[in-house]
Amino acid sequence: MSSVRIPPVLRDAVDGSRDLPASGATVGEALEDLFARHPALRARVTEDGSLSPFINVYVNDRDVRFRDGLDTPVGDTDTIIILPAMAGGSR
Amino acid sequence: MSGVRTVSTAEALGLAADGYRLIDVRERSEWDEGHIAGATLVPLATVPERLPELVPDPATPLLLYCHSGARSARASAYLAQVGYTNVANLAARVAEWKPAGGAWEEPQQLLTDAQRRRYSRQMLIPEIGQEGQRKLLDAKVLLIGAGALGSGAAFYLASSGVGTIGLVDDDVVEESNLQRQILHTTDRLGMPKVTSGRLSINALNPETRVVEHRERMTADSVERLIGAYDVVLDGTDNFDTRYVLNDAAVKLRIPVVHGSIYRWDGQVTTFVPFGGPCYRCMYPTQPPPELAPACSVAGVLGVLPGVIGLLEANEVFKLLLGVGETLAGRLLMFDAMGTTFDEVRVWRDPACPACGEASPWRDATVPVAAEVAAG
Repeated sequence: MSSVRIPPVLRDAVDGSRDLPASGATVGEALEDLFARHPALRARVTEDGSLSPFINVYVNDRDVRFRDGLDTPVGDTDTIIILPAMAGGSR
Repeated sequence: MSGVRTVSTAEALGLAADGYRLIDVRERSEWDEGHIAGATLVPLATVPERLPELVPDPATPLLLYCHSGARSARASAYLAQVGYTNVANLAARVAEWKPAGGAWEEPQQLLTDAQRRRYSRQMLIPEIGQEGQRKLLDAKVLLIGAGALGSGAAFYLASSGVGTIGLVDDDVVEESNLQRQILHTTDRLGMPKVTSGRLSINALNPETRVVEHRERMTADSVERLIGAYDVVLDGTDNFDTRYVLNDAAVKLRIPVVHGSIYRWDGQVTTFVPFGGPCYRCMYPTQPPPELAPACSVAGVLGVLPGVIGLLEANEVFKLLLGVGETLAGRLLMFDAMGTTFDEVRVWRDPACPACGEASPWRDATVPVAAEVAAG
């Protein structure tokens, strides 16, 4: 099972977890496994079955946008990082 | 002390004319006051490590000197002991060199005495020195937001002698700011943040020129605001400004150091236009505002913007000095709750409207696709 890192802004959709195990041979399968257990996450991460355009997903340190998107393979020792833009700053 | 010849100034002048390699074993501060022309600075304590690198051939004829011959005698004895066979030591005051007709060099005085004293500790660092300090004094850095991220950065940029610091902010100091915005003080509630920032910066370093831009950065004002600066430190609080800033910075080729925070998590990266990805490469689509809750909604621990702001300042120093590895192409993520740092690669996107193949501002000779493939 790969490990999925949940960003702070999405943790309310997964009962506050920071890291969750997920099974699946691709990013898409691993996310589906998570969505099955945490349905609220789906709409926050995907849009019409594709990755939401303002969410970046990395397998280890590589952006899947520059690989095979949801079809990017993941192995048991891989970490999937979900990373939406953060804007918080000065005020 | 076999192998070491002790020579007078007159003899040394002859050896110098014969092509002896001149080694100055004094400290950098003494060297900066003036030294024999053509000499190499190798302070006494660094001789064992540095000299064999500089002069690998132990048969090279060497002429060592210092202020009056004592330190160079020790260095000479050491070199003879480790196998250098042709070492001469100038056993006289080096101050006699120039009056005796020797070639002398006085480096251009880049700094005042007061500046030398003030910045002496960082000037000892080889990557900074006098030249690096001069770069910092001539540098202009713009902080977007005189708030939490800008606070820590502003103090260290000022204390290190960055010559000009611009502050862009249209807010006034509020009580709830003070928990994290350490540039401001309790007695300045209601004061414009840019003015409060100037007071704090100049209290630390009166020499720093602080430019107050009491306004919000908008698409209309961005180029006027950033155009005169060498580096921009982004501590903004909303997505609109980040995209506006990105496009103008790419167009004007000004590096942007990016920081963002949320509760216990922070991110830092550096955007060097056409030398790495830009903000649009990383996040091509502007997210909805609800993904960017302000600190007033989400909450923030004071130390988090402190950590992230200082990491941003660290990036600024490397950009200004032209040393080290910046975070260009890497996004550093700090989790204060677990005290962990992680990083992911950020790719330059050939399809990026700001800096990709179709960019109106790019130099067509830069092979975007090749860079992306190499990454």
